[in-house]
Amino acid sequence: MQHALSGTATPTATPAASAVWWPATRLLLGLTLLLGLGYPLAVTGLAQWLFPAQAQGSLLQQQGRTAGSALIGQAFSKPGEFWGRPSATASTPYNGAGSGGSNLGPANPALAKAVAERIAALKAAGPLPAGPVPADLVTASASGLDPHISLAAALYQVPRVAAARQLDAGKLAQLVRQQAEQAWFGSDATARVNVLQLNLALARS
Amino acid sequence: MMLQFYSLLGLFMLLLTLSVRPMGAWLAPLAAGQLPARWQTLDSALLRVAGIRDTGMGWRQYALAVLVFNLLGALLLYALQRLQGVLPFNPQGMGAVEAGSAFNTAISFVANTNWQGYAGESTMSYFTQMAGLAVQNFLSAATGIAVAFALMRGFTRRESADLGNFWADVLRVSVYLLLPLSLLLALVFVQQGVPQTLAAYSDYTALAGHAQTLALGPVASQEAIKLLGTNGGGFFNANSAHPFENPTELTNLLQMLAIFLIPAGLTHAFGRLAGDRRQGWALYAAMSVIFIACAIGVMAAESQGNPLLAALGVDGSSGNWEGKEVRFGMAASSLFITVTTAASCGAVNAMHDSLTALGGMLPMWLMQLGEVVFGGVGSGLYGMLVFAVLAVFVAGLMVGRTPEYLGKKIEAFDMKMVALVILTTPALVLAGTAASVLLPPGLAGLANPGAHGFSEVLYAFSSAANNNGSAFAGLSANTAYYNALLGIAMWLGRFAIIVPVLALAGSLAAKKTLATTNGSMPTHGGLFIGLLVGSVLLVGALTYLPALALGPVAEHLMIWAR
Repeated sequence: MQHALSGTATPTATPAASAVWWPATRLLLGLTLLLGLGYPLAVTGLAQWLFPAQAQGSLLQQQGRTAGSALIGQAFSKPGEFWGRPSATASTPYNGAGSGGSNLGPANPALAKAVAERIAALKAAGPLPAGPVPADLVTASASGLDPHISLAAALYQVPRVAAARQLDAGKLAQLVRQQAEQAWFGSDATARVNVLQLNLALARS
Repeated sequence: MMLQFYSLLGLFMLLLTLSVRPMGAWLAPLAAGQLPARWQTLDSALLRVAGIRDTGMGWRQYALAVLVFNLLGALLLYALQRLQGVLPFNPQGMGAVEAGSAFNTAISFVANTNWQGYAGESTMSYFTQMAGLAVQNFLSAATGIAVAFALMRGFTRRESADLGNFWADVLRVSVYLLLPLSLLLALVFVQQGVPQTLAAYSDYTALAGHAQTLALGPVASQEAIKLLGTNGGGFFNANSAHPFENPTELTNLLQMLAIFLIPAGLTHAFGRLAGDRRQGWALYAAMSVIFIACAIGVMAAESQGNPLLAALGVDGSSGNWEGKEVRFGMAASSLFITVTTAASCGAVNAMHDSLTALGGMLPMWLMQLGEVVFGGVGSGLYGMLVFAVLAVFVAGLMVGRTPEYLGKKIEAFDMKMVALVILTTPALVLAGTAASVLLPPGLAGLANPGAHGFSEVLYAFSSAANNNGSAFAGLSANTAYYNALLGIAMWLGRFAIIVPVLALAGSLAAKKTLATTNGSMPTHGGLFIGLLVGSVLLVGALTYLPALALGPVAEHLMIWAR
């Protein structure tokens, strides 16, 4: 390896220990102050000044108190509400302090069992349209906090919600379509609905 | 759905390609160690404040500085986790992180892996996240870039023993590159809905009628550098699948671009330093070819859905939804999965453990290729340059000429270092996987039965040793066994690579640069790109196909044979 370090003057071959440990310590502590305190505190200050609502978690107020976040799903379960996706968060569904997915593999019998149970629960809760069940409605999301369902999954629940609320199914479907957001480069097949916003719109109507 | 995917992929590649030149122009003076004149007053002031003299280091000295700096970083991060209970910015009153987990996490973040055995929102105080984890997000990225700079200098300097000054490199990369980019990106993230607060978690009764506690924190500032530094360690357990880390399609696109931004720009900086920009574009092209092919493969697999669920009456036409978020769907999830594993980022916007068998195999294989398809910041470029040396060596053997790359004659010492770099990680991955499926504490962690359980272990060691950090997260890895073994794999996968890379850099810098002749093989054209892609794929395929056959391939056959 003698050719790796030729005899030029600048680099010293065997640095004294202090020549390494001292600059390393000083640089580490200095950059910890700058990047670990200065930077996040500066971003916090700017964020609270420029975008205070988002910086605090996009919280929604209902009758003067916090009732959720516009970005975080909730465990709706009444027949007269639109349901979100199954949630695999720690200890309880839609636990906002314990995000996570099921991590079940595609061939795991536990996945098929859970999906079959969810289909049964949907059938037990009220009338359903004919045809296959939208996949996102019976599979757990990645975060367990997914605020959306597909447009298909929302329309699939219209007969149940309409029956429970004694509403006209056609008008309810129209309300659902008004709430739909298109995905980039997408079509109706990839459109989605924010479940909390949909239920809020339902309560207002 | 495929049309939606191709449109998104096209937009992504267009924006990325447009970023390559400006990023290269930003990086090249830092890599050359020669800042433009108008920056020099500021620069000398910065170095003076930091107490650094920008004197040249030989490769041994540079390597020693890397090791000492990162060892100290790991010790500090360990101490912060253990002491967080008595430190400030801890509104949730998080206690000390358990010793084994703190050891694993300290190595993980220093080694730019960001493998996470813990759940952020129930483990780490805001202080640990900001002053511990996020600082290493910056510094591990800066370390990788500095080592890439050293290797670039090795190729482009003549008869020199000077690879530059590690302290000055880390400082300049952190302050001139990572800090301004992070600041800008963090503010865009907040505007889109990523929280940035020091207040405690929010407790309320949700509209749905149940109590909900919402984890918050200084998320945006950490999120920005998590992606720009190809770190990937999430503020929350669900990482970039969490609506607070990645709330919209726009943030998802920006996250993917942020992951590739610096690795792609470094290829161009390399071309500029080499005095021939085509050299950089050749590397960019080779990386892009493998990336695009794998992205299409993941999308094809995921949009197929799961036939076992279709048999229960589930609509299979919309794809495999378990572990995915609706706002991303199949297209933006598949693209993110490919980006995060092609680069050694490891942030996830879908749960990889629930991917289809083949949709999970491709990200695993991208990691196993050595994280050279864009790869980690810095580590992707130095890894790819090592493969480039291998490619010219193989080509040289075929025609019976002494191999050269950029006018540097490739000799026995250089090839020994190349072999060390290429063989170390597969040895770690395969030995670690084999040990874990033989030993009871290894098997105790499996979450899924059958071939998929084997895939969980193979994925874990592929991710750790290649410094990616994503997981088949069903594996219960927060145990004494996995914390220790994966911690060692991450450390060696990082620093047992960096030392031979620096030795190669030192050896190359000391050589003469030969003039290009008719007999030299051009390293900027299609032939070389093909050779380079071939070398990467061949090494990856030969090393890992037997192991992949036992895991995802077997699983795929079982699912579709019924």
